Amino acid sequence: MKSIEELMAIKERMQNKVSLRNSADDDIRVVVGMATCGIAAGARPVLNAFVEGVNEAGLSDRVMVTQTGCIGICQYEPVVEVYEKDKEKVTYVKMNAEKAKEVIERHLKGGTPVAEYTIGAATK
Amino acid sequence: MEEFSLYVLDITMNSVRAGADKIDVTLDDRDGILTFTVADNGCGMTKEQLRRLTDPFFTTRKTRGVGLGVPFLKMLAEQTGGDVRVTSVTAEESPENHGTTLTATFGSDHIDFIPMGDLADTFVTLIQGNPDVDFTFTHRVRNGEVRLSCPELRQILGEGVPLSSFEVLEWIRKYLAEGYAELEK
Repeated sequence: MKSIEELMAIKERMQNKVSLRNSADDDIRVVVGMATCGIAAGARPVLNAFVEGVNEAGLSDRVMVTQTGCIGICQYEPVVEVYEKDKEKVTYVKMNAEKAKEVIERHLKGGTPVAEYTIGAATK
Repeated sequence: MEEFSLYVLDITMNSVRAGADKIDVTLDDRDGILTFTVADNGCGMTKEQLRRLTDPFFTTRKTRGVGLGVPFLKMLAEQTGGDVRVTSVTAEESPENHGTTLTATFGSDHIDFIPMGDLADTFVTLIQGNPDVDFTFTHRVRNGEVRLSCPELRQILGEGVPLSSFEVLEWIRKYLAEGYAELEK
């Protein structure tokens, strides 16, 4: 069985880290639509790609990945919204895990939204 | 939806949206009958909401006019020889003891049943999005069970470490994978 000791070790490591930050430090919020429409279209692997990718890219201190219900544009699911302080919201549509990796690299890390995956590009 | 684990995710999200902070998810898969139960302490549903629960053109949400979660589940249950039952007590009816329990049965050997899919992924996803909810997951099969209790994890980790921390989620994923590997033996 996965040991309780390992969990205790995580606790030790995390407690030092947690005390240094609070949620106000998150300057970017990535929100994945997880209602029936999103889940049926493949939102779960998209969410996981963001959770894993943000951690791998070392962005956990300033990017928070969260879930929400139906955003209201079911035909474009999986939908991901990126909120950044003092910037306009970016809505990505018809997402998958591969596209999520690109968004992490180019947008969350690089600072430039991936225009071709946004709703603006999809509705042209 | 092509994996049963996605139905589990979708239906359990209903409990989250009902404001529940305690949600027990149980899968009991023995002798060809799969029983899936979600019991929550959320706001509950009125008699009228319960009556229209399997009507796809009824929903309480404002963002769209259709609600397919329970109708999808019911369709899968019925095409494999099972059914869906829901009981509910609203907060108005009982301020102390309200909530909803959904029980769905399926013929898990039935030709129209679908692959179970990645249940660990479903559980991790639920915890990631709702780290403060007291989830308990139990998956019983013929030769044993896999179980995960968020209140127990929280007790070990203490207040300062959210269950949605990446390292904790990874631990949970591995813990569940080991549990499932043990059942395969």
